[in-house]
Amino acid sequence: MVDTIRIDAKGMHYTPLNKAIRAAVASGARKIELDHVMGQRFIADGLRGNVEIVINGVPGGDLGMFMSGPTCIVHGNCEHAPGNTMDSGTIVIHGNAGDAVAHSMRGGMIFVRDDIGYRGGIHMKQYKEKRPILVIGGSARAFLGEYMAGGLILILGRKGKFPDIDRGIGSGIHGGKIIIRGSVTDHNLGVGAKKNDLKEEERQEIAPLIEKFTGFFGLDPAPLLNDRYYVITPSSARPFASKYTWEV
Amino acid sequence: MSIGSVPLRYRISVDHDQCMLCGRCVESCPYGVFRKEGEHIHVNSRVCVACHRCISMCPRDAISLVERPVDYRSHPLWTPQVREAIYNQARTGKIILSGMGNAQDYPVIFDRLVLDACQVTNPSIDPLREPMELRTYLGKKPSHLDFQKIDGDTVLETKLSPNLMVETPIMIGHMSYGAISLNAQKSLARAVTECGTFMGTGEGGLHESLYPYQNHMIVQVASGRFGVDINYLERGAAIEIKIGQGAKPGLGGHLPGEKVCADVSCTRMIPEGSDAISPAPHHDIYSIEDLKQLVRSLKEATEWKKPVFVKIAAVHNSAAIAAGIARSSADAVVIDGFRGGTGAAPRVFRDHVGIPIEAAVASVDAKLRSQGIRNEVSIIASGGIRESADVAKVIALGADAVYIGTAALVAMGCRVCGTCYKGLCPWGIATQRPDLVARLDPDVASANVANLIHAWTLELSELMGAAGINSIESLRGNRDRLRGYLLDESIMKILDIKTVGA
Repeated sequence: MVDTIRIDAKGMHYTPLNKAIRAAVASGARKIELDHVMGQRFIADGLRGNVEIVINGVPGGDLGMFMSGPTCIVHGNCEHAPGNTMDSGTIVIHGNAGDAVAHSMRGGMIFVRDDIGYRGGIHMKQYKEKRPILVIGGSARAFLGEYMAGGLILILGRKGKFPDIDRGIGSGIHGGKIIIRGSVTDHNLGVGAKKNDLKEEERQEIAPLIEKFTGFFGLDPAPLLNDRYYVITPSSARPFASKYTWEV
Repeated sequence: MSIGSVPLRYRISVDHDQCMLCGRCVESCPYGVFRKEGEHIHVNSRVCVACHRCISMCPRDAISLVERPVDYRSHPLWTPQVREAIYNQARTGKIILSGMGNAQDYPVIFDRLVLDACQVTNPSIDPLREPMELRTYLGKKPSHLDFQKIDGDTVLETKLSPNLMVETPIMIGHMSYGAISLNAQKSLARAVTECGTFMGTGEGGLHESLYPYQNHMIVQVASGRFGVDINYLERGAAIEIKIGQGAKPGLGGHLPGEKVCADVSCTRMIPEGSDAISPAPHHDIYSIEDLKQLVRSLKEATEWKKPVFVKIAAVHNSAAIAAGIARSSADAVVIDGFRGGTGAAPRVFRDHVGIPIEAAVASVDAKLRSQGIRNEVSIIASGGIRESADVAKVIALGADAVYIGTAALVAMGCRVCGTCYKGLCPWGIATQRPDLVARLDPDVASANVANLIHAWTLELSELMGAAGINSIESLRGNRDRLRGYLLDESIMKILDIKTVGA
């Protein structure tokens, strides 16, 4: 049994790459290091197990889609939708990520050091012990947490205050919570979202996440722990409840 | 001035000479039409939905039902339905929610198509004595085969894509647990397993009591991604991406919180009592290229072992969309016509959006053939398939197989009352109320559904035999065996068929 397996992904198509990853996991590897990753989609798609995958380079879309258990650490930026419909496990991104990060994520955690694109955390949902968490170090573009049905999105706004201009936060949200450091006005909120100040128990809830985040990226948690945060939650758990009348 | 109450939709009357006061009507009706006071059954017809449960349970045939016992002034344009919709919306200001399929009186193309039979030349085949090939394979077929000679052996070099083997081209479409009851899903699952065919899970996850039938289940991935994880994907015999649905093209789904009971919540993986909202688009699909990415992500997750289907509603440009789907690595395209059923859809969509399955299948088949990619995908037709003749006709128009939905529910007792959205289905089908669900016995209902599939399969083989056709492959796209009866020129051109007599 080999503890760490290195795979050179240079010029490799994603299917043989995933095959090699699955074979490494099957052989009992606890750590897999992928070098020269350049745009390969679907890395760790549907992968199970207790394994750490270090990705050196820029993975393509849908990193860790349907993933159940593994940890992916990306030394680089990510394309769109890392953590798409992810079940459990962790993704840590040392850089930026594209649109629809954590789309329909059901469990596990994603940490992005810098910024993400549009519609981050769209339709995240939770069930019993499965509660997905998305932590963004920088800021996010419009429609953050759209259709959100569960889980937690935490925006730390490290590089300037979030949001500057962006709007539609929590548009159609009917469950879960978005916590944002910085100033959020009603103008920034989407349909069906409302904002409140951070409560003490919520501050206690995010403290370990902030420490985890700063731990991953070697940052100082202190300026983040006691700053001002806003909490965005649904104004109704039944947004469509009053839209229809029965035919008979 | 107030609008007042609209006239009764149905009048229930009890023949008190026949009635023996057994009270079965009172027990049967979840809508509260009947009540027993002393030695008399009283009736409140206003809440009746014409589900016929009381009528089927009355041991004395003492109950009768009349539709629209009160006439409006007749008018060809201002029908009672139109007037009542206006009263409803004038009162509420809301979107009208309706059930089942399209209730508008559009002409049915199937009923204007006739099938062929052999006379004198080209003798017909007797399916009793001669083999009739009803089995078919759904999925990609290679455009050509490469072989290699190794030590005198001929070895196939072409890598074949996984196909679904169906013993009859009749499958059951996607009706989710939530929309229908667990007993209904179990009954369907047992029937398809017995018949060697398949059913869809709908977007409601796969309940663990259905795991024994998973090899006959097609698991659905829709925009809400409810109940989807890697275990679910691996359990299915195939995976279907739902883009759209014939009953409400362009809309998503919405399971109201009151239908999300403990068991439904567990299967969908959402909290009890919360609304399950499937948005109209998939959040990761905004183009054909994005669709390809979702298809491939599902294949990659399941190591390219499962066929992936893509279901679209039949709309104006279905043919071009299907051509895109055929190039996306998908293995089959499901086309759901505008008569497709549903538990709940806005009435305006159910009745006015989409096109008939007959035209959609013919144009998709023609488009794929013209581009030389018909082998890349199978075509599954659904939405308004009512009998074996419809199956034969739609296959002759180019489909590989069909999905039935409403027909399978009718086989379990559904009376097409169209009130599924109330969640009180007295037949135990479209409800989650435990006492109502218990009315549907999977032992009996599964046999009924299996009987229906067997009967249609027998009729299909007779129809094929009479036409001198001994395999489903030879019927597929065989438009010469169809003629249009009083169809107009432009429709016949789209269907690519001749008129009767030609």
